[in-house]
Amino acid sequence: LAHTLAEKILLAHADVEDVRAGDVITVRCDVVMANDVSGPVAFRAMEKMGADRVFDPSRVVMVADHFMPAKDAKSAELQARLKRWSEAQGVTYYGQGRGGIEHTLLCEEGWIVPGAVVAGGDSHTCTYGALGAFGTGLGSTDIASCLALGAFWQAVPETIQVELTGRPGSFVTGKDVILDVLRQISVGGGTNAVLEFVGPGAEALSVDERLAVANMAVEAGSETGIFPADRAVEVYLEGRARAPWVAERSDPDAAFRQRLDVDLSALEPLVALPHLPGNVTTVSEASGVPVDQVYIGNCANGTMTDLRQAASILGGRSVHPRTRAIVVPATQAIWRQAADEGLLDQFVEAGAIVSTPTCGACFGGSNGVLAAGENAVSTTNRNFRGRMGSPEAGVYLANAWVAAAAAVAGELVHPAEVA
Amino acid sequence: VKVEGTALVVHGDDVDTDVMYPGAYLNVEDPEQMAQYLFEGFDPSLRERLVDGTILVVGSNFGIGSSREHVPLAMKGSGIRGLVGRSFARIFYRNCVNLGLAIVACPEAVDAAHDGSRVTIDTSGVVEIDGVAFAAPPAPPLVLELGAAGGLVGWTAARVQRP
Repeated sequence: LAHTLAEKILLAHADVEDVRAGDVITVRCDVVMANDVSGPVAFRAMEKMGADRVFDPSRVVMVADHFMPAKDAKSAELQARLKRWSEAQGVTYYGQGRGGIEHTLLCEEGWIVPGAVVAGGDSHTCTYGALGAFGTGLGSTDIASCLALGAFWQAVPETIQVELTGRPGSFVTGKDVILDVLRQISVGGGTNAVLEFVGPGAEALSVDERLAVANMAVEAGSETGIFPADRAVEVYLEGRARAPWVAERSDPDAAFRQRLDVDLSALEPLVALPHLPGNVTTVSEASGVPVDQVYIGNCANGTMTDLRQAASILGGRSVHPRTRAIVVPATQAIWRQAADEGLLDQFVEAGAIVSTPTCGACFGGSNGVLAAGENAVSTTNRNFRGRMGSPEAGVYLANAWVAAAAAVAGELVHPAEVA
Repeated sequence: VKVEGTALVVHGDDVDTDVMYPGAYLNVEDPEQMAQYLFEGFDPSLRERLVDGTILVVGSNFGIGSSREHVPLAMKGSGIRGLVGRSFARIFYRNCVNLGLAIVACPEAVDAAHDGSRVTIDTSGVVEIDGVAFAAPPAPPLVLELGAAGGLVGWTAARVQRP
């Protein structure tokens, strides 16, 4: 029987004969992850479940990244609880100065391998699809049950196959691929489905760019956004993978709900306008919007690839007087690599600030939230009303080239006008 | 699961979890306290219209975005017992199921409901609005099982291996 990649992964993690879209099954987790926001709520639920110990400490990872470093006493208490609980349970804990933003970090640290099922207490757990894993976001009670039993309930999703063709032009990145998909199907168009990215254009994307694509699958409503593992993933995982893995792909005659095409050669840099990630237009259409803050970072676009793009624009130039710029490398390792390459110096020289890795202002937590009436260009993944601070602020989502160009110009412009 | 209550209509589609519970308050842990921030970025005046037994009547793709369970926890803490909508975002839907809220997609029932309507939700496939019954797709067996256990806490508790 023909199966999609997602069906194959779920079938390998469930005690069922076969899977069909819509079946609600129990799926075993290879890795369970939570953070300083979702973790403590999950621990309370786990206590109510009467579970004293996690199902397998070697498969549980806790990351303090949301209100990091703590913005107030309550946030500090959450992180202290996360650390105490992790020590008591004997699970891996990445705390302040030892990790970074969970999704980039777990990939970097080799927790994510193709074919794995990863349950994360954060909606952007879909990022792990970049490495061919079924990573999916869950709430805290789900995570509690995963911690106790090592499994979660899941309706088998359909698959929307996205065929990427053509070579991208200048300033077009993975971010534009997923923004184009959102332009095509909007928020909700991927509900009860997995986005699967295939074709020569997908194989030509670097792992960093695939992370950016997969990261925003949830913005379409999807369980995950998955790339079949290939040579690039194999190279990335060398010396990194914590578990053995095999590459799988969808059978050619598998049933797909929908097929989409993205011609990379026809793409322009895109922007999602306030207040919906599916509200997508070209940067040229949106040019001229005055920008108060530029935010380069987060689990979608805080990689070395993004920082190099930003530095190639900001290096030797100055952040516009009207604009503030914040650069947030996603992990400690990326921070150090960017420092070694001299990128951080270029950002500071240009008048930007460089932050420690944190979810920070991406979710309006701390570290650069917006005032009423302000506009931000951000490489993050959500621009809902109030997402980054005041409900009266506007957030424009874009790639790192566009964000850096906005920092220099003080307004949205096509990066070609600045570079 | 079968619940009965009074309708409160929440207008609009694609209502996200950020506007229903802004990120700045994610360091709150007590559901009663969370209730103070429910709908903060959407329409805080809705909070004054919530009563014990409110059923929210909502549009399409309700609950998109973050997995924050603070939203349904704040709803429970505010007396909300269930939701009838045109459709729901996946993580929000499962969070409601897990917390024992009655949640069902039934566009016809949404069309028939207005503020103050008497609503009955039976997750096995019926929604009644002011005495008129509408068929809804029945929840899958495992979801009904979760509902019967009062949510995922009870369901998991029955399966935890104790020494």
